Amino acid sequence: MWDYTKEVMEHYRNPKNVGKIDDAEAIGEAGSLVCGDALKIYLKIKDNMVVDAKFQTFGCGSAVASSSVLTEMIIGKPLDEVKKITNKDIADRLGGLPPEKMHCSVMGHEALENALSKYFKEDVAPHEKDKMVCTCFSVTEKQILNAIKDNNLKTLEEVTNYTKAGGACGNCKADIQAILDKYYGSEISKAKPILTKTQRIIKINDIIENQIATELRKDGGDIDLIDIDDNKVYVELKGCCSKCKNSTMTLKNFVEATLREMLDEKIEVIEVEK
Amino acid sequence: MKEKCLIYLDNNATTRVDGQVLDAMLPFLGENYANPSSIYSFGGVAQKAVAKAREQIRDFINAKSDKEIFFTASGSESANTAIRGVLESNKPKKHIITTKVEHPCVLNLYKTLEKQGYKVDYIGVDSNGDLNLDTLAETVNANTALVSCMWANNETGIIFPIEKISQIIKSKNQDTKLFVDAVQAAGKIPIDVQAANIDLLSISGHKFHAPKGVGALYVKSGTLFSPLIIGGHQERGKRAGTENVPYIVAIGEAARLAKEGLEYEATEVKRLRDKLESTILKTVFNARLNSGFNNRVPNTTNIGFEYIEGELILLHLSDFGICASSGSACTSGSLEPSHVLRAMGVPFTALHGSIRFSLSRFTTEKEVDSVISIMPRVIEKLVKLSPFQNELEELRRLRG
Ligand SMILES: Cc1ncc(COP(=O)(O)O)c(C=O)c1O
Ligand code: FES
Repeated sequence: MWDYTKEVMEHYRNPKNVGKIDDAEAIGEAGSLVCGDALKIYLKIKDNMVVDAKFQTFGCGSAVASSSVLTEMIIGKPLDEVKKITNKDIADRLGGLPPEKMHCSVMGHEALENALSKYFKEDVAPHEKDKMVCTCFSVTEKQILNAIKDNNLKTLEEVTNYTKAGGACGNCKADIQAILDKYYGSEISKAKPILTKTQRIIKINDIIENQIATELRKDGGDIDLIDIDDNKVYVELKGCCSKCKNSTMTLKNFVEATLREMLDEKIEVIEVEK
Repeated sequence: MKEKCLIYLDNNATTRVDGQVLDAMLPFLGENYANPSSIYSFGGVAQKAVAKAREQIRDFINAKSDKEIFFTASGSESANTAIRGVLESNKPKKHIITTKVEHPCVLNLYKTLEKQGYKVDYIGVDSNGDLNLDTLAETVNANTALVSCMWANNETGIIFPIEKISQIIKSKNQDTKLFVDAVQAAGKIPIDVQAANIDLLSISGHKFHAPKGVGALYVKSGTLFSPLIIGGHQERGKRAGTENVPYIVAIGEAARLAKEGLEYEATEVKRLRDKLESTILKTVFNARLNSGFNNRVPNTTNIGFEYIEGELILLHLSDFGICASSGSACTSGSLEPSHVLRAMGVPFTALHGSIRFSLSRFTTEKEVDSVISIMPRVIEKLVKLSPFQNELEELRRLRG
């Protein structure tokens, strides 16, 4: 059961401004049936004011609530103000959304942006430079960057919660991480370096070779790095270590602890047997 | 909220504990607290109770001997014990076959095993949900350590022909072991491990009116398997840990009642399920059955409501006290809709709006009738929200 706020529940139970406007000045769209949520927003605009708005949403409770509250937020507002609305404003108006549902507010915001760009006759065709990152959910690099900027996202998981990118096959995870790395690499001081995937692999190998293996060899054991998958490090214990009853202890208390201390708290070491 | 009267149609998720089961287990949470391994006669009471439960499970699945039954803490633990246990005792063989529609407790284990060097083949299903047996037959080879296949699917209720599957496997490779996840079959259809020639089989108490957190594993005698949980000598050294006596008593009693109730499942529960299903398919214009009509357990139906999202339907049903579940991505917290329905090729229009109703022997006709009357109203309300009005109009014209 999701922990929805009273506001969210009120909006999905009795959504406001449902339907379409036949003579709308602008219609914005976001999402798709395949992805599991799709939204259309219709704007009636007069003298640079949104005088009426309606929506149609295919999606879960929080998607309907986000669309419904968005129409309330923009009706009667001048376009200057409407333009400034972010996905965070939508979520805040609802008293917050569960982290996994933040993409619903992002979709609401995207539909609004889409409507406004059409109204101002901006070029809405996807730019060639705007690279498709997640093909499962059709999320582009620009969309991911916007979500990172608007919501101060730091981790891959957060990006997935806000944009859905990376939530299906996972093939795009490395690209998303690269976008995060690039964004923060250019922003954060050098004091806390963020490693690229390759740098990280080299570093893990280094620690295992120079600090862990040397210790184990003293006792007649050895260790081989087999594979690295995100935070999971697969190793093979050899020699004495593999037969030792305490090998799980060695693995957790020494190998994992060393990697965590040297590199990343999230690292998990898993033993594989050949 | 109007949640005073609860209509619980989510029995594939979990079931209510039967009053008789509760009565049977309570003394073992109270005065009969002894450790069954103890030597004094006070311990003997607990020991006898565990032995009786083992007999009841043996009888429930028609195993040959009580020694083939091991108690565990869940269906997931039974599956993990079976799979890892067989592979561990059969190290040189690195090939496993399973299906695309297994429960995550099995699928995620295979993902892990793949990383550890196992080759896993996933057999697909057709749009009715039936397993592709020809592919299965072609896939078994000399290196196949294990075939793992569920008996009934938790989302659709589709039954796989286990007896036939066993024949196919054994005719290709005598040594390949068959593990059957029977968690959703137990209590719904008869289980006969001897007739079906099964090597290992898992069940879980909370799916047939015992409490959550107790399961059982059948291992045919003569089958080599290494324990997952190593420690004391309990369960003949195959599952360490002091026996959870009250819960073991509960699953035993629940199995006895479930066996008695099989006739009722096959007739009355099926009648109510069919009534619910056929009426909704008739009265709701955008409803479609997400499986074939045949080869299903009697309590389950999975219906897709096109162009509406499943979580939204569940939230609105919940306001009427109706509990069901959905294969939609949004309900589970994952972003992808049901892997089972996708494997069956359910169209995207219905995939996200799929609702599973699962009944039990406690479901009443009155409850089914209320759902039948509420469902069209909820769907009509939600249809208005959909951006796919033209498509919906078309459906209404075709099916309405
Ligand atoms: C088919 C199937 N297998 C296994 C399980 C897991 O059982 P348990 O919840 O006891 O671990 C379930 C329960 O959801 C199931 O439906
Ligand atoms: S490409 Fe992004 S999840 Fe599949």
